Amino acid sequence: MAGPLIWLSQIASVTTFNIRTLPQRLGSSVTAVFGIAGVVAVMVGVLSIAQGILQTMDNSASADNVVVLRSGSNTEMMSIMRGEDVRIIAEAPGLACNESGAIASPELFVIISLLKRNTGTDANVPLRGVSRNALDVRDNFQIIEGRMFDWGLNEVIVGVGALIEFQGLEVGSTITVAQEEWPVVGIFETGGGLAETEIWVDASVLQPAYRRGNSYQAVYAKLESPDAYQEFKDALTSDPRLNVKPMRESEYYESQSAMLYKLVTGLGTLIAVIMGLGAIFGALNTMYTAVSSRAREIATLRALGFHSSPVVISVLIESLLLALIGGVIGATAAWWVFDGFRAATLNFTSFSQVAFAFDVSSSLLVRGVIFAMVIGLIGGLFPALRAARQPIASALREF
Amino acid sequence: MKYLYLVWSNLKRKKMRSILTILSIMIAFMLFGYLGAIRQGFSQGIDVAGVDRLIVRHKVSIIQLLPEAYESRIEQIDGVIDASHQTWFGGIYQKPSNFFAQMPVKPREYLVMFPEFLLSDEERQAWFNTRSGAIAGRGIADRFDWKVGDRIPINATIWTRKGGERTWEFDLVGIYDGAEKGTDTSQFLFRYDFFDESRQFAQGQVGWYTVRISDPDRAAETAALIDAEFANSPYETKAEPEGAFLQGFANQIGDIGFIMMSIAAAVFFTILLVAGNTMAYAVRERTNELAVLKAIGFTDRAVLGLVLGESLALTGLGGAIGLFLAWMLVSAGDPTGGSLPMFYIPVKDLVIGVVLIGLMALVAGILPALQAKRLRIADALRR
Repeated sequence: MAGPLIWLSQIASVTTFNIRTLPQRLGSSVTAVFGIAGVVAVMVGVLSIAQGILQTMDNSASADNVVVLRSGSNTEMMSIMRGEDVRIIAEAPGLACNESGAIASPELFVIISLLKRNTGTDANVPLRGVSRNALDVRDNFQIIEGRMFDWGLNEVIVGVGALIEFQGLEVGSTITVAQEEWPVVGIFETGGGLAETEIWVDASVLQPAYRRGNSYQAVYAKLESPDAYQEFKDALTSDPRLNVKPMRESEYYESQSAMLYKLVTGLGTLIAVIMGLGAIFGALNTMYTAVSSRAREIATLRALGFHSSPVVISVLIESLLLALIGGVIGATAAWWVFDGFRAATLNFTSFSQVAFAFDVSSSLLVRGVIFAMVIGLIGGLFPALRAARQPIASALREF
Repeated sequence: MKYLYLVWSNLKRKKMRSILTILSIMIAFMLFGYLGAIRQGFSQGIDVAGVDRLIVRHKVSIIQLLPEAYESRIEQIDGVIDASHQTWFGGIYQKPSNFFAQMPVKPREYLVMFPEFLLSDEERQAWFNTRSGAIAGRGIADRFDWKVGDRIPINATIWTRKGGERTWEFDLVGIYDGAEKGTDTSQFLFRYDFFDESRQFAQGQVGWYTVRISDPDRAAETAALIDAEFANSPYETKAEPEGAFLQGFANQIGDIGFIMMSIAAAVFFTILLVAGNTMAYAVRERTNELAVLKAIGFTDRAVLGLVLGESLALTGLGGAIGLFLAWMLVSAGDPTGGSLPMFYIPVKDLVIGVVLIGLMALVAGILPALQAKRLRIADALRR
């Protein structure tokens, strides 16, 4: 036989031998597998929270939509815009039109306190005053239960995320705003996204209730095409009558979630790294035990003329195999438990609740398994080297 | 003493295994300590909330303002000693990610309301005498390397100045320390009179009130009286104890505590498995030796103690190093770069950690120890 073939067949035989004897080392192997599975599950789980938040923001944004705030405001709640400003913005070039003119929706954004279902304590729920164009700006908007509110009446519709997270938002119930009872007449969805955590009402009803006169807080508008953005932006920023900051929706939502996303990702990564170290120690322990319990067998093989590299590789293969099993179990468990799990948290930037679903994406699963393999590689490498380096004579003498 | 030596020698037998076991236990406790600090950070200082303080805010939501005139009306209510208002400024220092609380307050009243904010007499006086004066907590001052005498520009996101100017400049006249470990030293406080006369709109309106009450046991009653006072007015209020208010706010973030504890439990279970398995393996490997020990006169109980001692040595060493490392890591600052104002390992968590070390040593060591205790000399030596 040629050299490489011998080498390969040696690897194959040592590996099969290793794997056949796995049941004898079941205890420590299972420990390593579960250790790795636990680490991967936690990592995938925590990062799926971040992914879910990102996904929600992503779903909120449409490529040809823009948001206009007062310059210097980094979120709607802090922005203010006169009715006059809104009219000028709607006349800017680059906006798409419908039968009533440019598709621009001036909106109000306030928060009201409602009880969160799972804790029973107050939470800041966004209440948005919209105008008729709001439905044309948001393509995915649809009523899934009840009906749309009547324009000009004190009626509200509730996003499906808000319905799940907060008490007393079912169709037929009422919310208290400005000492009045406003009935909930419908439930809407917007294809995921931030708006699903919101309650909507006619802006012209919200204005007097909050003593806002004829002022708004933001303008949401639809462009003719994504390319029209520059023209639109230049027109607004160069207009001396205006002091506003136009942004693409994607940019806006990214800035809204940046802090929350960073916090969750930062924490998640840190926890995963610390746990990963722990798993590496566990894997090392398992593989050292595996190697030392077979020291004599390995020495015998080498005495028979096996090279040391097949020994190294076979130990690595065993360790990687254990890691793979652990990684797959962990990733599957995380997917099973966390994917689609709904939660809501406070977004500091907008000071209001955002409901989202944990999102265990396929790339996250792959990352989890890769992470497991890295643990397995490191955990197997040193014991493998030790096995190969062990002097044959002394290993044979040991018992 | 001889037992100690025996335990030590046993650990040295398989150095690599002992070290790796200690390291994995170390990791577990490091994570435990770190998660404790994170939970603390998210708890918004509930531990140090004043039991004799209420928070009074607009009933619909905290972003809605209340009239400044409410202060004297609240102070006349039965059971109220004092009331002091704050307003959320929400400005940006340099960049939006430098998030911290900035609030206009009435200096004298505020420092009386929050005696846990420690400020030297000179600094107090300087603040009372400087209209544009501001004080900052030690934490936030260290974070941005502020010194007394610095001029700090903050860009308003809500509160533009008269004429539409967005930049407010404050003179830092003092840096306060917290009386307790959990005191929030991330606040930036400036004078309400300066704020009110300079802001473009909403003069005479404030964010919320902190109220000191005479009898904490009657907090609910006093809160109800306050709410009744303003019922059916354009500005209805919601009064609640400071602790409940902070708890509510922490709940808004989500049940972080629960998520963290689940993670910690998962990790603990895993590590326990690893350590327990290692311990069991070490004992099984030494069946012969344990039998010899017994043959030369060691009692069953001594052998049991020996194995448990080994378990305790491993977890004790790993746990102690782990908690120490967590403490070092936490001292180095929080992972968000300062968004969590209260970031430290609570003493309570340290105590729990130590108890867990003992518990873990027992759980991991008890099975192999019992096995060793029950070992029959003749059987073991024959193997």
